[in-house]
Formats: sequence, structure tokens, C-alpha cells
Amino acid sequence: MANITSNTESQRLNFWERIYLPEIAKGLGLTLRQMFKPTFTRQYPEERWIPEGSYRGRPVLVLEEDGERCVACGLCSRVCPALAIEVRAAETQDDKERYPEKFEINMLRCIYCGFCEEVCPEEAIVMSKDYELVFGSQEEGIFGKDKLLVPVAQLQERLEFLRQWR
Amino acid sequence: MSLTNLIVILVQAGILVNMMLMAAAYMVLAERKIAAWIQNRVGPNRVGPWGLFQSFADVFKLYIKEDIVPAAADYKFHALAPVIAIGVAVTTYAIIPFSGPLIELDGVKYGLAMAPNMNIGILAVLAMTSVGVYGVALAGWSSNNKYSLMGGLRSAAQMISYELSMGLAIIGVVLIAGSLNLIDIIQAQTDGMWFIFLQPVGFILFLITALAETNRAPFDLPEAEPELVGGYHTEYSGMKFGLLYLAEYANILASSAIMATLFLGGWDIIPFLDDSTVLGLAPFSLPLVILGHMAFLGKAFALVFVFIWIRWSLPRFRYDQLMNLGWKVLLPISLVNIIVTGLVILFLQ
Repeated sequence: MANITSNTESQRLNFWERIYLPEIAKGLGLTLRQMFKPTFTRQYPEERWIPEGSYRGRPVLVLEEDGERCVACGLCSRVCPALAIEVRAAETQDDKERYPEKFEINMLRCIYCGFCEEVCPEEAIVMSKDYELVFGSQEEGIFGKDKLLVPVAQLQERLEFLRQWR
Repeated sequence: MSLTNLIVILVQAGILVNMMLMAAAYMVLAERKIAAWIQNRVGPNRVGPWGLFQSFADVFKLYIKEDIVPAAADYKFHALAPVIAIGVAVTTYAIIPFSGPLIELDGVKYGLAMAPNMNIGILAVLAMTSVGVYGVALAGWSSNNKYSLMGGLRSAAQMISYELSMGLAIIGVVLIAGSLNLIDIIQAQTDGMWFIFLQPVGFILFLITALAETNRAPFDLPEAEPELVGGYHTEYSGMKFGLLYLAEYANILASSAIMATLFLGGWDIIPFLDDSTVLGLAPFSLPLVILGHMAFLGKAFALVFVFIWIRWSLPRFRYDQLMNLGWKVLLPISLVNIIVTGLVILFLQ
């Protein structure tokens, strides 16, 4: 019977391990030490976590003083793996010539992958730090331009992160 | 029985039942707090300062819950089971001597103990815990649910197996003290060696079997969630569930109190020394008795902490491991313990 491996309890454990009690005492010692360590828990509604620039929260459109950066090229909509973004372009008299007449992200579909941000040639759509998303209905989950446009000042940290690491 | 005697016993019963209910409520909170600390969490901290009123909120919630009885259940036994469980748990408290004599009325001394001088003392405790099995087994059986039935059966098998080792673990103590009376056992330890030093094996055996008797982890097979949902109380809701739950905690405190009595010297404050000379108080004086009562409760609650601490440290045993441990390990060790104790006593005489 040379081709059989054996790994029984009596082979694995020595005498003291087999009578359990010293090992149980060790385990109890471990849990006792844990009791005096600081807790990891955050008191959530009162204490809220502020993410770093690298955090991928809900995607938003960058709003500058003279309007949004977006030129409605539709790349984000094209790359989105969850088909969450819908863009309808229109013409404008500004230098950029095009702007999104309608820009909708279905937050029920969004998977926070960040592809839209990666593909955007204008740095117009970025991932924000906003992670608290609550809807009362499916319709509320579709964010239009009113909810998506965020002033550039609030997104500075993310834009710097993208310039440094992308 | 005189009228004073009757009144005193009623007052004692009131104090003890309320003490037990309060202690059980706060043991639930302590369980959750200690579990949280062991897992680096905070634990309940919303109801009252430091979460102190959490248990009352829980009990209030249980009262306003719907009392569901399954259509296929045997209603009479379904309702009877929690009553047996809690009744037996409370009865045990009548036998434990929580304090020495506190007051003297009509020439009789009374302490915080209803039947302290019962000459079958510890035997009555064992009998009561055995009756406790009926509550659990009946709860499982009358629910007419396979998980409940399995839980009840497991519990009954486990309690009967471990009761044997528990009884034999006590015999060492009884041999040394020469009495079954709990007061005599405490007197034998007062101002001398506590029995934990004379019977260390007996103490460990008793601790393990007490864990199994009270269905606590690592022997909480009757309510193993992954296999049996809730075990014997799967089909219970509202205050009936509350009573079964309360009975469990009452049993833990009772076991701890019995361990404190048998092995940790009961109301003896300082081991190896005479309390009254060290503290400069007359023997059986009121301050000494009150201090002793505090010491007793301190010991009991320290053991309750050990119960909780073990629960959150050790994983659950498998059913065959449980039976192996009970019959092949604990029973022979307890028999050897009795023989060795008996021989030593014989040679010392």
C-alpha cells in the first residue's frame, strides 16, 4: 500500500495538542487580548468616512463657470459595459461647438467601473466621492444633468489624482 | 411553619426571582458586549447610556410580537414547554445559598436562600437540571417540525450523557465535605482550602459538563444554526421564545452559582485565611455576611464571564465528537478522580 498517504490526527498532533486543554487556553488568551484592542467600528450616521481621491464613487459631470466640459462625443456611452449612459448631442455657439442636450446615467445599472472617466477626452466625466445613493423608486435612479453637474472645485482632488496616475 | 416563616419565604422568593430576571437581562447585554469586544466591535450602544437599557427594549419587543403556533403543533405541550423550562430554572435558585444568615426573626436566622439547609442539597440541584431536559425535548417534539425535533433530541441525548459526568465530578467534593448539604460544603471550605485547589480535575470536569448542560458553545449543538435553524425553539415566537431564552441564561447563572458554591468557597472572601480575623469583623456579623454575599455574586458573575468568553472563542463540536468526549473521556476521568480522591481520604484518616 505504498501509494496511500495518511494524515491522521495522531500523526499531526502531539500529546499536549491532543488533550485540547492547553490549546483551548491559548485560544482563550487570544480572544482576551482582542478584547482590549481598539474597535474598528465607525458610528456610521454620526461619523462618515471621507474617501481618498482614488475612490470611485458615483460618476458626475464637471461643471466650469461657463458650463459643462462635456462635448457630447458619446464615447462614455459607447464604452459603458452596463449600458447605463445615454447622451443626446446638440449644437452650440460656444468654442466647443457641441454640448449634451440630454445626459442621463441610470444609477441602477452603473457598476462604478470608471471606464467612462478613462475614455473621456475632455476630463468631463469623473468619479466623485459620493457613495450614499438612495432612491425611492426606479425612476429616481435615473440621474439627469440636474443631478450630474458638479462644480469643478469639489472635484479637484479626483482631477489631480487622474493627472498623476492615469 | 409559622406566619413569619411564610412571609420571609415569600419575600425571599420575590427577591430571588427578580434578581434572576434582572441578571438574565443584563447577561444578554453582557453577552453581546463581550462578543463585540472580542470581535473588535462596539456592541449595542443606542438604547440608554452605553446600551444599558437594550435588554428592556428587547423584552418589550418580545411582548408585543405575535405569538405564532404552527397549525400542526400540539398546542398544549407547545405552551407547556417554556413554562417547564423557566419553572425548573427558577426552582434551582431556591436551593442555592446566596448568603449567610442576615436577619434573625423569632429565633430563626434567615439569609438570602430559600431552602439552604436542605439535606439533599446538591442532589436536588442535579434532579432539577434533569427535569430541565423535559422542557427542551417537549419544545422540540410538540412543534412538529423536523429541525425542532432534531434539536430537542440532540439536547436530550447531550444532557443525559453529560449529567452522568457532572454527578460524578461532584462526588469528589461531596467525599471531602462529607455532606450533600450546600451550607456544609461551604463551611468545609471557609477559612481553609477552596475545593478548586483540592479538586482541580473535578472543577474542570464540572465546568465542561456545565457548558454542555446549559447548551452553551462549544456544545450548543441543539441550536446549531447551519444545520437546525434555531433548534428546539425554531417554532417559538413572542414571549414563549423569550421564556426559553431566559431559561437558558437563568441556567447559566445557576450553574455558575453552583460552581461558586462547590469549588470557589461560596461566600468565603479570602482563600486559605480566616475572613473574620483578616478583616477584623466578628464571625457571622452583618457586614461580614454582606461582604460574603458580594463575594459570592462576584464569583458567580466571573464564571458567567468565563461562559461567555468560551462561547466566543471556541468553534462548535461535531455530534460524534461530543458523544466521544462525554462517554470515552469525561466519564473515565471522573471515575478515576473519584477513586483517587477516595483513596487519599482513606489514607489520611
